[in-house]
Amino acid sequence: MATLRDIKRKIDAVKKTSQITKAMNMVAASKLRGAQQNMEKFHPYALKFREFIGRLAAGVEDTSAYTLLTPKEEVKRVELLLVTADRGLCGSFNTNLLVAAERFIRAKKAEGVEVTLVNAGRKARDYFKRRPVNVRDSYTGLLNKVAYEDGRRIGGSLIERFESGEADEVYILYSHFINIVKQQPSVVRLLPIAPESQESGQKGFEYLFEPSHEALLTDLLPNYIYVQVLESLYQTCVGEQAARMAAMENATNNCKDLGRTLTLTYNKARQAGITKELMDIVGGAEALKK
Amino acid sequence: MADKIFLEIVTPEKKVLSETVDIVVAPGEMGEFGVLPGHIPFLCKLKVGELRFRQGASMRHVAVMGGYAEVLNNQVTILATAAETASDIDLIRAKAARERAERRIAESRDKVDFARAQAALQRAIARLKIAERQ
Repeated sequence: MATLRDIKRKIDAVKKTSQITKAMNMVAASKLRGAQQNMEKFHPYALKFREFIGRLAAGVEDTSAYTLLTPKEEVKRVELLLVTADRGLCGSFNTNLLVAAERFIRAKKAEGVEVTLVNAGRKARDYFKRRPVNVRDSYTGLLNKVAYEDGRRIGGSLIERFESGEADEVYILYSHFINIVKQQPSVVRLLPIAPESQESGQKGFEYLFEPSHEALLTDLLPNYIYVQVLESLYQTCVGEQAARMAAMENATNNCKDLGRTLTLTYNKARQAGITKELMDIVGGAEALKK
Repeated sequence: MADKIFLEIVTPEKKVLSETVDIVVAPGEMGEFGVLPGHIPFLCKLKVGELRFRQGASMRHVAVMGGYAEVLNNQVTILATAAETASDIDLIRAKAARERAERRIAESRDKVDFARAQAALQRAIARLKIAERQ
């Protein structure tokens, strides 16, 4: 059995760990608040943008004039933008995303489609570094501060690949933020763009376009990709902090439980020691009497 | 028919403005256009410039850094890359930016540099214009 001093040391260690996890929990909570605010500020923009595109694309009869709207006849190579966090210690958050990515790649391979990865996030990069997967590019440090410029850079490179025919379809895999306790890895097809269809009631309006319908749509479509990429970055960022907060809360609770059991063992051991000493003293006194 | 317009300006960073106004004048790609209540549905690309709107007797100005505008049912939605009201603009920084852009235009060799510098100059000028109105 462990000696008293060993147990005491362990209790102290557990206590210190719980202090750390508690602090990390609070840091994650405050970061979560910031990230959530950013996401909410961005949300109206994304929403309006989607409406715009929907309305513009609804009037298009022949999509073949727009490369970004036209599905390729044969899909042989697809590109996947995988968004994960840069840091760990957030429970199964990153693992869930990586498993989903693996599943996606396997499913595509079974169909005879080649997958090229673009990693956004250190965890994704590290994970696929030593695996037999084509990685075209990796970005890190995106989620510290989600910036419009990043969306444009990443989105731009994806569009380039699609237009040049190096990718027949482009997907994005990110963590969809449902609520604080629930995040869902989800795959969305970015290219070719499938605009959300409008309710038929909207069609009665005749819009005036300036400069022209075609020019506007051509101009808007790439921006739409940037917005999509940005939105998934925002959501993953919020999800990461939420997941870390939950994980650290769990860790703190586990520390408390562990501390309680250890304290119990400690007290029992201490009592056993005292009893033993008393027995010795009593035994000694009895022996002297005789 | 309503005699007011609901104006909303959103950018990727935040919702800049959402107000009920009487008239909106925005810098369209092909020239400035005005919107009064009862305007027909209209979609338009915006260039860098100044957006004005009147609320009762007061006229207000916003610097818009390019984007799109939509007019529908007496509602004007501006999707701007960036937008700043006069109080958001840092006059000193804008002036410095203008000087820098002017210098770059003078020095620029290739087309890309020139285009970029010119865009920066336009943004700086738009900002200064708004800031100086106040």
